[in-house]
Amino acid sequence: MSVKRKRNLSATIALLPTWFAAVVVFVGTMAWSIRLSFTNSTLFPSSTYVGLAQYSKLFASAKWLASLQNVLVFGVLYVAGCLVLGFLLAAALDRKIRFESAFRTIFLYPYAMSFVVTGLIWQWMLNPTLGIQASVRSLGWEGFVLDWVVNRDMAIYALVLAGVWQGAGLVMVIALAGIRGIEAEQWKAARIDGIPVWRIYVSIILPQLGPALAAAGMLLAMGVIKTYDIVVAMTNGGPGNATEVPAKFIMDNLFGRQNLGLATAGATVLVLGVIIAVAPFRYAMHMRNQAKGAA
Amino acid sequence: MKTMMKLFLAGVAFAGSFVPAHAEDKPTIEIMSSWTSGGEAAALNVIKTEFEKRGGVWKDSSIAGFGAADAAFQNRIVAGDAPGAKQGVIGLAAADFVSQGLFNPIDDVAAAGKWTDALPKSIHDLISYDGKVYLAPTGAHGESWVFYSKEAFSKAGIAQEPKSWDEFFTDLDKLKAAGIIPIAWGGQPWQQTKVFNMILLSQVGTDGFLKIYADKDNSDASVEGVKKTLEILGKLRGYVDAGAAGRNWNDATAMLITDKAGVQFMGDWAKGEFTAAGQEPGKDYGCMFAPESKGMVYIADALWFPKTGNAATDKAQKLLAEVVMDPNVQLEFALKKGSVPMRSDVDKSKLDACAQKGLEMMSTGAIVPDQAIVLTPQQVGALDDFVDEYWSGGSNDAGSAAENFFAIFE
Repeated sequence: MSVKRKRNLSATIALLPTWFAAVVVFVGTMAWSIRLSFTNSTLFPSSTYVGLAQYSKLFASAKWLASLQNVLVFGVLYVAGCLVLGFLLAAALDRKIRFESAFRTIFLYPYAMSFVVTGLIWQWMLNPTLGIQASVRSLGWEGFVLDWVVNRDMAIYALVLAGVWQGAGLVMVIALAGIRGIEAEQWKAARIDGIPVWRIYVSIILPQLGPALAAAGMLLAMGVIKTYDIVVAMTNGGPGNATEVPAKFIMDNLFGRQNLGLATAGATVLVLGVIIAVAPFRYAMHMRNQAKGAA
Repeated sequence: MKTMMKLFLAGVAFAGSFVPAHAEDKPTIEIMSSWTSGGEAAALNVIKTEFEKRGGVWKDSSIAGFGAADAAFQNRIVAGDAPGAKQGVIGLAAADFVSQGLFNPIDDVAAAGKWTDALPKSIHDLISYDGKVYLAPTGAHGESWVFYSKEAFSKAGIAQEPKSWDEFFTDLDKLKAAGIIPIAWGGQPWQQTKVFNMILLSQVGTDGFLKIYADKDNSDASVEGVKKTLEILGKLRGYVDAGAAGRNWNDATAMLITDKAGVQFMGDWAKGEFTAAGQEPGKDYGCMFAPESKGMVYIADALWFPKTGNAATDKAQKLLAEVVMDPNVQLEFALKKGSVPMRSDVDKSKLDACAQKGLEMMSTGAIVPDQAIVLTPQQVGALDDFVDEYWSGGSNDAGSAAENFFAIFE
């Protein structure tokens, strides 16, 4: 008993810096940002409270509303695209192909690049006067059009394309590790029963990959909220508001437009949004764990 | 061995105590600027060379992109680690810093150099806050210029500079027919706003322009002016190539330098790019004001001097302010950057044909300030959003857009 308490005490002491960081740095700065969002701060923090004025200004802004819509479209397509493509790649690599490790490296490589590099590369490739469109036209197909980054309706999908290209490799690695962890006996049994390969993947392998894919999806989803650098590198939010995202809106107002109050209001809405999105999920997990414990 | 070690350490300690003491004697300054393109860097170098000649130590921290440099500067200020000097525009952007007591006044330098006599009154007013001078002006830029490639014009059979917007559009059609991209369009919101402003000036004149931006006047005449401006802006869309979205201004200038495009709307800093490419005004390229305009939009750059609490830096700030306002530096700087000197007593004969036109506008007072001088940074951002949304949205409903314009000032 006393030994246990001692151990707990030393563990508590060891964790103190972490606690300090969590409370002061994380919660403290968050509280400070939220406080600022109720003031009329411009370039420097001010302590004149204006109530919800910044929030009503925020939701009257077409740019902010467009940014919320864009991050939703981007987020859903990006996460879904990465998961589907990543799983397909993993399944393909699992077919005991030659040069597997070489392919694995190639597919994972994009993930090692920063979003800025990815964004710039895709911007060049999709730029109608420099990239794919120009080179196909120079081969003689004059009517060829691939102008996604400069097209108002398609620019957001250009971002998705670049994002999936970068993120699918990560899902592939996680899914492949999951697939390799599945017992070979199941394969043998399924073969004996004469089940087609695609059916084995869909009905037997995929359900067992649930936790792995959920982890991968969570990692990607966290990236979505922070989406900033790829947008700046590829389209800078344009054309018009077509690819504006909340993180960029906040950064622009924080620095370029000297509008601390509005920027912190945007940041607060973003945090609230994440909490609202995650809370039911956490609650469901909690309930399931309790149910398990009871049984 | 032990004694050797001791000797070595003593030597290090001695050298260590000696070197910084020596460096502290010299006025040392860290300059933060966003002047990174060829012409800009060459102009900054003029100041640097003279500053070093007079015994200063110069530390460059250039950051590409005006917004990026501003963000970095704000971070440094908030962190209590301000650089010795920052390049920025004259106008409301500096006002907050001054009112928070974060900048050093340079009154004594201004008094010693008789800045009141050397500068136009409007500029002297803009660099002073509460009767004290805080900013050292480097140069003024005309920004309602239309540059054109002489070769592209002659290929398209255009003999004369267009005098009206109708003639201008006819010439754009000729350029298009000759297989040349008519307009080298810079696709960033701030560049598009400059085009909007030059058209607005051509439509409402200098008085109307000041009424809108300085007095926030939304009378029928002003609304009508904005509407006509948007109509002309909308028509320009048809003469822009597909790769225009997001294009940098210097990349657009390069399209003129290589004669791939006909005209570019831009401030006179574009001349720095032409000069860096070995081209001459009047020979390889031409400069004119936007058609029908009887004035010029200007913006002015200055150096800001944050308080650093370091005596050597304070000394360096004063030396730098002196250097920047030196008549020769002003002239050399203007030649390299393509700007117009701030001092009215410099040798004008050395300036190129375009800068002379600009200086004439300045001296006759036919100038209006850029929005950054009269609007807050939030309003400047809202104006950029407004113009970009109209341009990229492809809407031709100039009437209802014009009504929205005045919401910027709320």
